[in-house]
Amino acid sequence: MGQISGSVVKRDHSTKFSGAAIYVGDYMESDILTGKILHSQKAHAKLIEVKVPELPAGYYYVDRRDVPGDNNVNIVKDDMPVFARETVEYIGEAIGMVCGPDESMVEHILSAIEVVYEDLPVVTDVLKSDTAFFDYTITKGDIDKAFKEADKVYEEVFETGFQDQTYLETQGMMAEPQAEGRVFLHGSLQCPYYVLNAVTRALGLPREKVHIAQDATGGGFGGKEDYPSILGCQVGVAAVATGHKVRCIFGRREDLEFTPKKHPSHNTYKVAVKDGRVTAMDVDVIFNGGAYTTLSAVVLQRGIICANGVYDVPNLHIRGRAIKTNTVPSGAYRGFGGPQTFVSVEMVMDHIARDLGIRPLEFKLKHLVKKGDSTSTSGKYHFDVPIVEMVEELDRICDYRKKREMYAKPQTGRYRRGIGLSMCFHGAGFTGSGERDFIKAVVRLKKSADGMVTILISNTDMGQGLRTIMPKIVAKELDLPLTQIIYEYPDTDFVPDSGPTVASRSTMVVGELLCQAAKRLRAEWQDGEEQMIEEHYKHPEFLIPFSLDDFKGDAYPTYSWLVNVIELEIDTYTGRPQVLGAYGCFDVGTPIDYNIVVGQMEGGFLQSIGYASMEYMTADKTGRIRNNSFSDYIIPTAMDVPNLKVILHTVEYPEGPYGAKGAGELPAVGAPGAYMEAVEQALESVDLHHIPFTAEDVLKSLEEAEKK
Amino acid sequence: MSDAIRFTLNGEETLYNGNPADRLLDVLRETYKLTGVKCGCKEGECGACSVLMDGELINSCMVALGRCEGSNIVTIEGFSKTEHFQVIDKAYAAVSAVQCGYCIPGMVLATEALLVKTPHPTEEEIRTGLSGNLCRCTGYNAIVKAVQIAAKEGDGLW
Ligand code: FES
Ligand code: FES
Repeated sequence: MGQISGSVVKRDHSTKFSGAAIYVGDYMESDILTGKILHSQKAHAKLIEVKVPELPAGYYYVDRRDVPGDNNVNIVKDDMPVFARETVEYIGEAIGMVCGPDESMVEHILSAIEVVYEDLPVVTDVLKSDTAFFDYTITKGDIDKAFKEADKVYEEVFETGFQDQTYLETQGMMAEPQAEGRVFLHGSLQCPYYVLNAVTRALGLPREKVHIAQDATGGGFGGKEDYPSILGCQVGVAAVATGHKVRCIFGRREDLEFTPKKHPSHNTYKVAVKDGRVTAMDVDVIFNGGAYTTLSAVVLQRGIICANGVYDVPNLHIRGRAIKTNTVPSGAYRGFGGPQTFVSVEMVMDHIARDLGIRPLEFKLKHLVKKGDSTSTSGKYHFDVPIVEMVEELDRICDYRKKREMYAKPQTGRYRRGIGLSMCFHGAGFTGSGERDFIKAVVRLKKSADGMVTILISNTDMGQGLRTIMPKIVAKELDLPLTQIIYEYPDTDFVPDSGPTVASRSTMVVGELLCQAAKRLRAEWQDGEEQMIEEHYKHPEFLIPFSLDDFKGDAYPTYSWLVNVIELEIDTYTGRPQVLGAYGCFDVGTPIDYNIVVGQMEGGFLQSIGYASMEYMTADKTGRIRNNSFSDYIIPTAMDVPNLKVILHTVEYPEGPYGAKGAGELPAVGAPGAYMEAVEQALESVDLHHIPFTAEDVLKSLEEAEKK
Repeated sequence: MSDAIRFTLNGEETLYNGNPADRLLDVLRETYKLTGVKCGCKEGECGACSVLMDGELINSCMVALGRCEGSNIVTIEGFSKTEHFQVIDKAYAAVSAVQCGYCIPGMVLATEALLVKTPHPTEEEIRTGLSGNLCRCTGYNAIVKAVQIAAKEGDGLW
């Protein structure tokens, strides 16, 4: 760890700590109209009529007829309407919006609106849907030959559920009409330029007529990657239609029920084993995409690329489909497709190892990829794979191996223990050539005559620490005190498009560009002068070109790595699995700020444990999600995992600033594999096949065991 | 005017003339512009709206104004003027315990309420004391550590 890693007080600490930071809900002007969405109550229906009662003066109803531009939200495929067309496709879809000065009056009007529907068939089961939004295949080697020559073939299905991002600040956006027909939008968001592209299109306005700014943002975790574009278009349309400022902030129930979450998945693994080694995997990955495509294409791509985990499997056939159903569109959640396939491959490897009578850890390490090996997409692991060292470091702090032996002995009491270990990577940055072909990041540094340096980028801090990280990089290169570097919440009127704040790319890609810009500024520095330095993204030269047509090449320039261990105790009376210890070793390259990186790892790790264990959410046959409050959708409190330990391991990435690589998502990828291995051990080596695995599931499993 | 609800808000005598059924959270934010009090659920489940009422930590979304008659309400804005705040502030800053910040005003007041009752809490007592306040960002470790530091540095203050 170099000098850069020493922690400083976060630059936004004081405003947030004292409650002075302004989130979108905190603007208190009296001329803001409250907007509330008229949500569809049907998962699939024709919209026959919307009967709006006579509105009091100053109150408005807007819907698709008020959209001045294109009634499609620009995301990836642009199939999601701003306001519903002739049909609604999921419960919660926005039909229209009621706006007015008094919130309770707006609510009253909403409840008085009568929507006449004509029911259409509802599909909630991915296996019964006949529409695949996306269908991709990865192939490598000769799968048929491998299966023909196999000693043994295993086939198992794994299922994963929804997970909601559950940022503590719900979705919220505000639009303000400005002079000369301009429209200003601001709110809780990750990607100002995504919102700009969507809103200009929906409003039919040229770019210079719209600008987007970020307010203090109460968490994102992927959930504010696409949805602010949708909500932004809706409040934008309402502001233009009414001529007033319009703000829409979701209630918690609305947010839990109607905004995108992690794709549920159904993954079939067929695995060929010869001479004690996995020789082939034939994997069928099915993601529930929900009613519209939104981000499913890119989530699925990442998901299938991870389907063979961190293992060198010479022969692969991976098919991935994102299926349309009449549930809320699934979207981005920290990890972006990886958590679903990683837990599946970790479990199948465990099960095979146990069947072969080999310790799972030994079996996994035997298959571990190493530097120079080829990836699932026939690209290359260009850098060191530190998993072996990380396993040893973790074993030293938690005694994994010893406990694994100990808990393998028959346990008969009320409380039974287990311990499990998982290993994963997260490919840093956009998949494939996205950075080069679509994002084309631009950063600027502006120096004023008095020597203050302003960072001009569109990346956002939603808690992950960018407002501290980026100034640290620039200050170090310029050899200036941190206080001389300014980095405000971005406004698209003032900052270039340095890309979205997603894909664990900000520090690695944008931070590196800032580092380059700062180097140049230092070389060209002129006292007393105003100066502007601009840097453009350059694709690393060592990469094997990636093609989405056949999924061949380097999907990622480098990888971040993790090893997780979960130790738990099951109460066989209540079914409750109590996590006794959660130990994570993470390699995200050089930490730009030690505290910030550890905080990211701890927070992500706990989310990942929640995903595996308690965060249960499902849609019923009518397409309704009933786990829509904090009493039905349980996220971890301070008491749930009291003993969570994080250590860092550093393999520097030469193309990232000071050796940093992707950090944000990695910790949210790995816990389920370890958790499930621990549960299986505590339940005496049953094979389990789904997450979350809750107390009820434990009881069911115990009951079944008793019957046998 | 005799119908007005009388209470102390951040040290000031206050008369509220609105409906006694109004939600304390809404009144604090909208009438008194105390926007450091956050709303995460409005159902008493997340703690983002925590304030101190006669020294006890309460969820302001679950309290009607009528219940505040004669009470002493302290929000983060009022608390930020105290010596206790300074100590807790420094402790949170030292371990970078603030991420998105949305849970933080509530956490700070939960920290205060805890330290008033238990000036030298064990880790378990800290975790129990904070368990009504959800944080999705930090995984709680840094916050727990911050409370431990505050308890140590502020020895004798609570
Ligand atoms: S807003 Fe009051 S407890 Fe959540
Ligand atoms: S810091 Fe974001 S919820 Fe706690």
